[in-house]
This record gives sequence, C-alpha cells and structure tokens, in this order.
Amino acid sequence: MSNKYQITIGIECHVQLATKTKLFSEVDNDARGKAPNTCVSPVDYALPGMLPRLNRTAIEMAIKVGHALNATINPLSRFDRKHYYYPDLPKGYQISQLYQPIIGAGQIELPDGTKVRIEHAHLEEDAGKLTHFGDYSLVDLNRAGTPLIEIVSMPDIHSAKHAHDYCKELWRIMTYAGVCHGDLYHGNMRFDVNISLALPDAEKLGTRAEIKNLNSFRSVERAVEYEYQRQSALLDRGERVVQETRGWSDDTGKTTSQRSKEEAQDYRYMPEPDIPPIRLSNETIAKIQATLPLMPADYRARFAGVIPADTLEILLDYPQLIRKLGEFADLLGENSPKSIQKIANIFTSVLLAEENTSLLNDPLPSAEQLRDLALMNDNQELSSTATKEVFLKFFDPEMHFKDTKTIAKELGVIQENDLDALGQIVDQVLQDPTTQQAQADFRAGQEKVLGFLVGQVMKASRGKANPSSAQALLRQKLQN
Amino acid sequence: MKIANKTVTATRLVEDALKKAAEFADYNIFTSLNTDLALQKAAEIDRKIAAGEPVGRLAGVPYALKDNFLSPEGHTTASSKILEPLQSPITATAVAKLEAEGAIMIGRVNLDSFAHGSSTENSYFGPTKNSADPTRVAGGSSGGSAVAVALDIVQFATGTDTGGSIRQPASFNGVYGFKPTYGAISRYGVVAMASSTDCVGFFTHTPEDMDLLMQITAGQDPNDTTTLPDFYGQKSTTATKPTIGIIKDFDTDAIAPEIKQAMTAQIAKLQKSGHQIVELEMPTLKYALAVYYVVAPAELASNLSRHDGIRYGYRNAEASDLASVYAKTRHDGFMPENKRRIMIGNFVLSSGFYDAYYLKAQKVRTLIIEEYQKAFAKCDFILTPVSPNPAFKLGEKVNDPVAMYLEDVLSVPINLAGLPSLAFPVKSDSALPIGLQLVGPRRSDQTLINFAKEL
Repeated sequence: MSNKYQITIGIECHVQLATKTKLFSEVDNDARGKAPNTCVSPVDYALPGMLPRLNRTAIEMAIKVGHALNATINPLSRFDRKHYYYPDLPKGYQISQLYQPIIGAGQIELPDGTKVRIEHAHLEEDAGKLTHFGDYSLVDLNRAGTPLIEIVSMPDIHSAKHAHDYCKELWRIMTYAGVCHGDLYHGNMRFDVNISLALPDAEKLGTRAEIKNLNSFRSVERAVEYEYQRQSALLDRGERVVQETRGWSDDTGKTTSQRSKEEAQDYRYMPEPDIPPIRLSNETIAKIQATLPLMPADYRARFAGVIPADTLEILLDYPQLIRKLGEFADLLGENSPKSIQKIANIFTSVLLAEENTSLLNDPLPSAEQLRDLALMNDNQELSSTATKEVFLKFFDPEMHFKDTKTIAKELGVIQENDLDALGQIVDQVLQDPTTQQAQADFRAGQEKVLGFLVGQVMKASRGKANPSSAQALLRQKLQN
Repeated sequence: MKIANKTVTATRLVEDALKKAAEFADYNIFTSLNTDLALQKAAEIDRKIAAGEPVGRLAGVPYALKDNFLSPEGHTTASSKILEPLQSPITATAVAKLEAEGAIMIGRVNLDSFAHGSSTENSYFGPTKNSADPTRVAGGSSGGSAVAVALDIVQFATGTDTGGSIRQPASFNGVYGFKPTYGAISRYGVVAMASSTDCVGFFTHTPEDMDLLMQITAGQDPNDTTTLPDFYGQKSTTATKPTIGIIKDFDTDAIAPEIKQAMTAQIAKLQKSGHQIVELEMPTLKYALAVYYVVAPAELASNLSRHDGIRYGYRNAEASDLASVYAKTRHDGFMPENKRRIMIGNFVLSSGFYDAYYLKAQKVRTLIIEEYQKAFAKCDFILTPVSPNPAFKLGEKVNDPVAMYLEDVLSVPINLAGLPSLAFPVKSDSALPIGLQLVGPRRSDQTLINFAKEL
C-alpha cells in the first residue's frame, strides 16, 4: 500500500450466538450435520398466526458481549422489523434492533494497543440459506432464526492489518466469552467492511464502498488491500468512488460491484409489535456481567513482560491454553516468571507442533502436574528432552491421572543429580579398559574426546545422569 | 349455554346446528363445514356423559370459527385465495381452550379477506348476508360469525376485532359482541391483521355466555408474549351503580337518527335506574380514524409480507422467476382491499415518510390513550353507538373505501387504546338491529360484562 491516501475503515461483524434454541422459537439452534429444514418450527417458517418468543439466553449472552466490548447495556431496548423480500427470509422481514439496540457504545483494544470504538451492537435473527442449481434454487431454513449479534465499529481503523487484527480480536472475545462456536468456515462470524479513502489533510471522509459477507480475517485484510488499490487508482485518475455494496472473491482476489446506493433497498423499518420492550434492571445486568470469564486483554495485562508478546498472541488463539497458563500461574502463587515462560514454551513448541495438534482436543494436564514438571526441570531432575517426553505422557490415557514424578519414574528419565553416585559411575567408566585411549588423548590436549567419555557415563547411568554434571566431574578427575 | 346432557345429546346439538347451517346456506355464512369431525367429537362426548365421566363447561356446544383461526381441523383460508390450501399443524390457543371444554366446531365462517373490511364483502368467497335483511351486509370483518349466531345456527362464534370487526357485525345482527382488553386472550394461531390492535373475542346471545367464554379463554400465554398476566375472573368485579360517560363529540349529524334515538332511550333508562350520566369532551378522538389508517396498514402490510408463494399457500404456476413469483402470486392471491391497505402501509413506512406518518400517528395514539385515562377518572364506563348507521345495502359502499372506513369511526379509538368494549343489542322501532357499546378501562372486562347483565 502506498500512503498517499489515508484509508478509513469501519466494520460490521455478525456473530452467531451458540444458544441451545433459536432467538424466537424452541427448536434446536445447532444444525451442524443435520439435514436441511429439520431444525425449523412454524415460527421459523412464518406460518400465519405465529408469534416470536424471545430466548432469554440470547439476552444474557448479549449482556456478556456488551461487557466484553466494554460497552454500556441499555436498560430498555426494543426490536424492530426490517423488510425485504427474499426466499431465505420467511416472514418478509427480519426482526432486528434499529432504534433502541441492547448494547450501546464501547471500545476494544487491539494487541498493539490501538483502540477501536464500538458504535453499538444489536440482536437480530439470521436468515436461512439459499442454494442455487441450474434453473431452480432450494431453501434451507435451519439457520433462519439463529440469534445474531451485529457489532458496529466506529471508523477508527486505518490499515488492512488493523482491520485483520480487529476482526481477529472480536473472534477471540466472542469465543472467550463463550457466546459463539467461532467456526468461521461455517459462517459463525461474518464481516461487512466499509472502506473509504481521502487525502490525509481532507476534512471529510471519502465515499465508501461496503464489502459484504467476508468470512475470514485473511479475506478481510486482502479485500481492504484490494480496495485501497482500486479506490486510489480511481482517485488518481480524478474519478469518483461510487457508494455501493461490493462482493469479494477469494479466488480472483478482487471485489466486484453488487448494488449501488441508488438501487439500495428501502427496508421500511417499524417497531416490532409482537415483542414487548426488554427491560433490564441494574442487578440483572451486574449479575450476568459477573459471569464473564477473563478476556484476551486481561491475559495480555497479566502476562505482559513475562511471556514475549509474539508467544502470547499465539497462545491467545487457544483459550484453553491461556486459561491453563493462568491457572498454573495462580497455583504458583508468587511471581515465578521463569516457570511460566517454561510452560508457555512447552505449549507453543510441543503442543502446537504440527504432529501434536490433535492433542488440543484432549483434556490438558492439571496445573499441579505442570507445576511439578516445571519444578523437576528447574531442579535439573528432568532434561529438556525428558520434560517434553513427560509432558506428552500427560495426554496418554493410561498416564494422565498420575502425578508428574510417577510418570517420570515410570519412564525412567529422572536425571541422576547425586554427585557421589555420579562420581562412582564416572570412576567406573574411567577404569573401563575401552576408555583408556580416550583418557590419554584428553590429557594430550584433545578436548573433543570428552564428549565420547560423557556419552559413556550417560550410557552407564542408563541416561539418567545430568550431562553437564558428568562433564564437570570427568574434567575434574582427568585433570588431577 | 345449552350444554349436552343425557336427554339432549351432543350429537343432537351438532346435528341441529348442521341442519340449520344447510337451511341458511343462501346467507353464505360458512367457508367450510366440519361435519365428520364434529359428529365424531359429539359421539365421544355422548359416550363420556353416558359413562358418567367428567365433561367440560362447553360439552357438546356447537360453535362457528372465524376462518382466520388456525387449527388442524379443515383449512384456514382467511377468506383469501392466497391461503386457500393451508392446513395448519398447530391449534390456536383460544381454540385449544374451547375444545378442551368440549366445544365442537361445526364449521369455519366467512370474513373480509384477512379481516380487511367492515361488510364481509371483501371475501374471496363472496359476501355474507345480513341476518335481518339479506339485501344488506352482515358487517365485518367477522360477518360470518355474527350471522351464524344471530340465525341461531350456533350458540357462539369466535371473532377478531382490530378496529371494530366484532362489535360492528354484532350490532348489525342484534347479538352480543365483545372485544376484550388488548392482551386478554392469546393471539397465538390467529392470522394477524394489525398486531398492536388485534383482539380475539366472541359473539353470543347473552352476557352470561360471554362471561363463561372469557373465563375459559382469557389468560397469559407463553406463545404470545403480549398477553397480560391473568386478570379475568381474578377478583370480585361488580360495580355498584357505575357512572356512565357519554361523548359529546360523537353527537353529530353523521350519526343516523335511529341510532341517536337508541342512545337517548338507553341514557334515559340508565338515569331512571339511578345511574349518574356525565358528558365527556374527547376532542382527540376525531383523529383516531386517521391514526388507525396509518398504524393498521403499516402493521398489516408487514404481517402479510410472509405470503410470498414460497413455503405454503397459493403460488402462481406461470411465474418464471423470483420477482414474478412474488408479483403474480400476490397479485392473484390478494383481494383489492388487501392490496389497497398493503400499499398504504408500505407508503407510510417508506424512508422519508416514516416520521411524518407512522411516528406522528403513534404520538397521537398516545394522546388518545391519555384522553381515555382522563375520561375514566370521571366515569366507570363510556356508552357510545357502535357504528354511525345500521346495516347498509350490499354493494352500497364497495366502491367508496373512505365511506367504508368511516363505518369504523366509533370503534377504532377503542382498539388504539387497547380497551375492552361490549356491543349489545337494544330494542328499537327500527326494522334493522341496532347495537350500542360500553367501553371500560383496561382490565375492566368482567365488570363490564357483569354490568351488561343488568341492562
């Protein structure tokens, strides 16, 4: 990206809430792996005479989301109808919140400290899904009525990277809050990105284009980069950017025009008369807010200066890992940055190594097991190789319930740190006729044969000797 | 209510009702009859009675169902083409409660298509005729219900009242018609017209029957979150010598002389029996009709959006793409009056017009509600005519929508304020039935009905 123009970006993010039932009916909200139109009630397919029944869990989740976005919760909110015709929208209107949304202004902070303000966030229902075939289309209403929260940002984002980071941070916040399955591939979160360009000293923002329905952080980033090129080329030629909705193709890496402002639909919003206003007391709000678990920003604050930022950001993608690390740090009580680093490193280097990622689906070791592991490593009872070996055994169904020391013993990997015992093994090696030549060579000044001798000690100790102690002892004895 | 017993069996009651329905076929009351199921149910009730098993408070009572209620019995048409083949998988809450007490639906009855109208002439199945004069309209939109009760085919009928659709046909046919407080009876399973004023209610021969039906059907329903917490029948509800308000603003030349006469006679009667009469000034009510014809079309246009030919009901077979499926299906499926109201509704909700029409109408609606609150500080009930005229001739107002809308001028303010109102027949010299209505504060439903017993 050149930087002739300043880019300004605002993002609307749709989050599918992981409620048990739909927003306005009592059918299963989780249609994963289910046949089309099997999670549909008469409310969802809009039989005449059907009335919406508001799902209280969705309201509770919205309160949590609001808290996670550092936003105000409106004590009084209402639903509105947004009208348009499409076969995936059974009622001919979507129940949404235009005039009095449940979540007011808020703000989140990106990993690099950039702040993005939230304009508001509201509850609404998802539409169904249309699949087009040759000369016909089929409607699947399993998704119709799934609760969504739409989070509308202020135009506070000024780069493709920040657009990416903002979307990713929202994804983390939603998964941490436990309100969303976070499966982007299946559309659990979708992003509409508004992009405009203006000269840095311009008083007004430029005309924006809206890129609809992006479903990955990478495509958000790429679409923004593409739009910068497209819009700046237009402006360079003295042409105008048209206010319009554009679609993104991952295959071509381009956005294409879908609908201009002139063709924009008139949604004929009106208050939803079938749902009474939602009134929330301060007590209710506070009670639900208190159930919000720690957010990524909380972990950043906690581990700042302890875990390197890049390692921390990797760990933050795995809520279960960062939570375990938090639990581990809690157990250690006092400040033990080195142990925390150690476990963080094991998580990233062992657990996130490609061959081991399947283990992420298994229960993690307990904080106690990890504490003992770090301790044994500190005490040099476990070499770094042995530490990783024991760590992997925590996932072994035969082993995972055993304490660290027992596992280490069963594996026979505890290092021999008793210097007297080690001295006896060293003496034994030095008396061995097969090592006499090497000893003579060492005395003659050939340092590198020491490695051979250490190897012999390790062998004699069946691997339990601490190699650096063995080396020190050998050197001492040979030089006397 | 004449409920079935060992001598007058449910089967006999149902057979009599079906016989009368056939006898009055010319009146075009029924959209469909429920003969087989009704007789089956009657036989079951008779078996229970014979066996000494308990039966409900409406055991074997035949009734007529306005054809905008959903139940798996028969097809719900809302007297439209667009819903004609619809069989419902669910039962409306009100219907379920009636059936649980042993009431037997003998047939579905005619209405103005989607309850849009005041004469039952806007029905896809043609008009229903007035019970007292078959050259006149039945009133509407619940015309079939009113005539079915007036001709004594059934002991009661269900209705819906959005802007007068129960009370006006009740008064055109000389029966009792009750529109409860908004939210007293669940709307679940009733084809919606205007959600914020739609009310389920009944037609009966007596206020006693009305009281019983209200006791059975009123109550909070989790499937309709706009229903009020249970209040009907909850506490002692007799008003001693209630003060009656009359609205000066309604005493105009627009009211037919025979109706004014009926009002005067009723007031004299009330005074004679010791009731205090107070005159009320309610200047905001004259805006009610205008407000109603903004709010109701907006809501009904929205509610009718679901009829798109995609999932159920009629679909134009020649439509070749999505836009023509919508356009042709809705063009064929809706009656002219439906389309007129959809157009009005979509217009007042359009971008740029919302504030000027819908929002302003809602503000005036609040003023109307407040005006009623002030009025009820001065009186217990308000007495007014139901409609400016008795039943008019078939065809007389079909081509003049505004004249037709003016029929509702005395009833819509009550719907906008969500108040209970009972239309009751009065004796007069007129050849045509005349009804007046009593209006009470919200939740005064039972007091109101009990008071009507004394009239």
